Amino acid sequence: MGTAYTPGLKVSSSTVIEKTRRLPLKGTVLVKVGDRVEPDTIVARTELPGPMQTVKLAEQMGVEPAEVKAALKVSVGDTVEKGTLLAQTKGLFGWFKSEFRSPVAGKIEMLSEQTGHLGIRMPPTPVEKDAYIRGTVKEVIPEEGVVVQCRGALVQGIFGVGGERQGRIAVAVDSPDAVLTDTVITAEHAGCIVVGGSNVTARALRKAAEVGAAAIVVGGIVDRDLIEYLRETLKDPSFDIGVAITGHEPVPFTIVVTEGFGTIRMAGRTFDLLRSLGGASASVNGATQIRAGVIRPEVIAPSETDEAIRVDAPESGQLLEGTHIRVIREPYFGELGVVTALPPELQQVDSETHVRVLHARLEDGRDVVVPRANVEIIEAA
Amino acid sequence: MPEVQSILATDCGSTTTKAILIERRGDEYRLVVRGEAPTTVEAPFDDVTVGVLNAVREVEELSGKKLIGDEGRVITPSADGQTGADLYLSTSSAGGGLQMTVAGVVKAMSAESAQRAALGAGAIIMDVIAVDDGRRDFQKVERIRALRPDMILVSGGTDGGTINHLVELAEMLVAADPKPRLGIGLNLPVIYAGNKDAYPAVEDLLKGKVALRQVENLRPTLERENLLPAREAIHDLFLEHVMQQAPGYSKLSSWVSAGIMSTPNAVGKIMQTIAAQRNITVLGVDIGGATTDVFSVFRNPKGESIYNRTVSANLGMSYSICNVLTEARSENIRRWLPIEISEEELRNQLRNKMIRPTTIPQRLADLHIEQAVAREALRLAFEHHKSLARGLTGIQQQRTIGDAMTQEGSGKTLVDLMALYMIVGSGGVLSHSPRRAQAAMMMMDAYQPEGVTLLTVDSIFMMPQLGILSTVHPAAATQVFERDCLVYLGTCIAPVCAGRDGDVCVTVKVGSETVPVPFGSLRVIPLGYDADHNPLRVEAHIQPARGFDVGAGRGRAKDVTVTGGEVGVIIDARGRPLTLPQDDTASVTRVREWYAAMGLPV
Repeated sequence: MGTAYTPGLKVSSSTVIEKTRRLPLKGTVLVKVGDRVEPDTIVARTELPGPMQTVKLAEQMGVEPAEVKAALKVSVGDTVEKGTLLAQTKGLFGWFKSEFRSPVAGKIEMLSEQTGHLGIRMPPTPVEKDAYIRGTVKEVIPEEGVVVQCRGALVQGIFGVGGERQGRIAVAVDSPDAVLTDTVITAEHAGCIVVGGSNVTARALRKAAEVGAAAIVVGGIVDRDLIEYLRETLKDPSFDIGVAITGHEPVPFTIVVTEGFGTIRMAGRTFDLLRSLGGASASVNGATQIRAGVIRPEVIAPSETDEAIRVDAPESGQLLEGTHIRVIREPYFGELGVVTALPPELQQVDSETHVRVLHARLEDGRDVVVPRANVEIIEAA
Repeated sequence: MPEVQSILATDCGSTTTKAILIERRGDEYRLVVRGEAPTTVEAPFDDVTVGVLNAVREVEELSGKKLIGDEGRVITPSADGQTGADLYLSTSSAGGGLQMTVAGVVKAMSAESAQRAALGAGAIIMDVIAVDDGRRDFQKVERIRALRPDMILVSGGTDGGTINHLVELAEMLVAADPKPRLGIGLNLPVIYAGNKDAYPAVEDLLKGKVALRQVENLRPTLERENLLPAREAIHDLFLEHVMQQAPGYSKLSSWVSAGIMSTPNAVGKIMQTIAAQRNITVLGVDIGGATTDVFSVFRNPKGESIYNRTVSANLGMSYSICNVLTEARSENIRRWLPIEISEEELRNQLRNKMIRPTTIPQRLADLHIEQAVAREALRLAFEHHKSLARGLTGIQQQRTIGDAMTQEGSGKTLVDLMALYMIVGSGGVLSHSPRRAQAAMMMMDAYQPEGVTLLTVDSIFMMPQLGILSTVHPAAATQVFERDCLVYLGTCIAPVCAGRDGDVCVTVKVGSETVPVPFGSLRVIPLGYDADHNPLRVEAHIQPARGFDVGAGRGRAKDVTVTGGEVGVIIDARGRPLTLPQDDTASVTRVREWYAAMGLPV
């Protein structure tokens, strides 16, 4: 028995999915436990305090900071409009008065007698959080947000770009080996989550933007095609991905890569599941963070039926003889197989590294030896 | 302390968790076994202790000793001497890097000092905000908001100097109302290291809005820089704030016999001990998955030993591997390869390592690529270190008014490769390289040592654990370090200068063997161990050709004692600085020659 070194990415036709929808600041939750929500339902709302404009009153009026308070015509807490009189000096015998009017609308938040500065907080910006997926409110986090739950299909990718979007799933290729090219992307894919096979061409990326696709889900992508596309779209010729923390790029559609970089056939199970979901409404998110508290990109298609939600048994995460695995590094990258032996002692591989290995029989019948660190468990559908 | 019989120590790295078991055997402490497992900060585990238990379980399997109790935690202290360990210690860097914003009054003065303090503490600087940085106040406010740093360092004003500017900075923070990146409800840590007279006014403004901590002014007078208190405060808050965010850290804290120490601090303790005990200059490195830490002890002009530590929080071999690609550029990685590989293939491979950081190179070609990246990560982290290891940086640096005004006061870097006695390499890619000569070559290529330099590596990547052990049980740490940790690779002899390929640039006589070495090449003279497995030490006479320097001056001979080890005496006549052919094919041919000279497979 050994420990599964790399947890597998989840690919499931029916699983319980929970999404925490939380405001960046405290606010008001607009739904209650048990409410049915659609992806665009606003579940919580707050107001982001506006930026504070610092008015250098002492300098502007040519007085000492300590004299500002006496000249003030407003108080901390007052609401002012643009042009409201903020301060006025007494002048000399009623002459040569100087006055200062508010350059912005807002609320007086502070006065510093040290500097003679006045802080005016500009009007707040509303911030809303939607439900992202169709489902039921399972839990309310007071003043912060909710947990939305649904049962449905879930495909986790390995890497993505771009944030949350919704659309219908449209499989644009015939097989997981096929390359997604610009010729197969049409105007009908507007608003769709377009599924490709082993790769997506640079031209297809541009075409997807042109037709207004919501997302592209594909097995592999060539690094240079992705980076060049992002540089072009973000109008930043030096843009690059140094560490894998993505999801905030202002790109026209979200990209989810299921296998890795290069031309890599999409795992058959993933492709078959997405094909079976053709036409279904789904939510997609490219956000990826490969660091403590990892985040993987995802495609979520809630079930159309209102079946009762029951929680799945936890995954064992253990590598055993008979466990189904996928190899995640060369020379057998992308191959599926079954573990046939787990020798406990270290073994030398071609790189001369001594590592813990496993023996596996690949789908094509080959028996191979692979470092345990280079496989992931394929979780039960 | 009662007689400690067994010590279990773990190091939770960003990628791998390593466990070692040390036991008392007769009169001394020795390493018994080692285990490792991937760090489990990812779903579905989300708990660093799962990786700890997996690594300890490997130690259990290999040692036959029960270390984990039925309730699923490490057994300590040992009740019966048979199960568990008398001491359980841990270091951690699982939480990843630290992202900071620094603020100062004058961009070229206090803000620069603040930046140096934050960099020295291992942070990624997201922005440097200064009163005079040319941006409008609201732009700075928006910037602070958008960045969501883990921490802010505020500095400026000499003690007794400006108060208004510090208050302005505080007002800006109030306006920005920054929230920490992790967690609602927590206050953002703000370290105040400015004019002490301005603190009451700053405190009035910020109290209750941020987690404010005051430390000594990092620029108390114009000519004096005092970075240490700010660096230490950053470090403390990093441990409290960022590392605790690594899932399961609190649970691990409840298991250990002494407080968890950060990995760079622990390794730094070992480096300082080596330098002090042997009275030598040392350059040390710990290259990890997310960060590369560099340590050095050099002498200042007064002959005092000065310790410096830098953490390059974005240079590493797994999570940060593509940042190395970005910063070094692919042509600089490819130049070290003994094989031809297309640009596209290289980039795809590195991206795949980034997204699956715990995988191991199975093919030799993949190992070559990772070791080429390691050379660049080591080189860049060393550049970073050199830029910060200046003067008395890290202690209290005195600057003259003239220095402060001209901004030349940062001083000359203390790093002097010709004066360097020993390089110590640690971290997975160095400690676990299948052949020790590969580790020697990575360090030679990255650091380009000059003159005569001893090369060593951490045998199995256990310096962090020994670092924390040295604070609890120094004798055990020293014994294990000497016996089981430090591996001697040999001595590198590298003449400084450039010459014409093929012309002899140095002749080295070791024992009865005299070896003339042509420029552009590498030679190895085997020199191993004595019967007690201590590295052999022999006298050597080094005669550089005219114009070349090995430490005694150009063309002047030098007699030294050279130390052997796993590789032997390596004569590196490739020139300093080392240059490679621009043409890909010629470069591959040249690198292959060097690999062959070092006895390495391609």
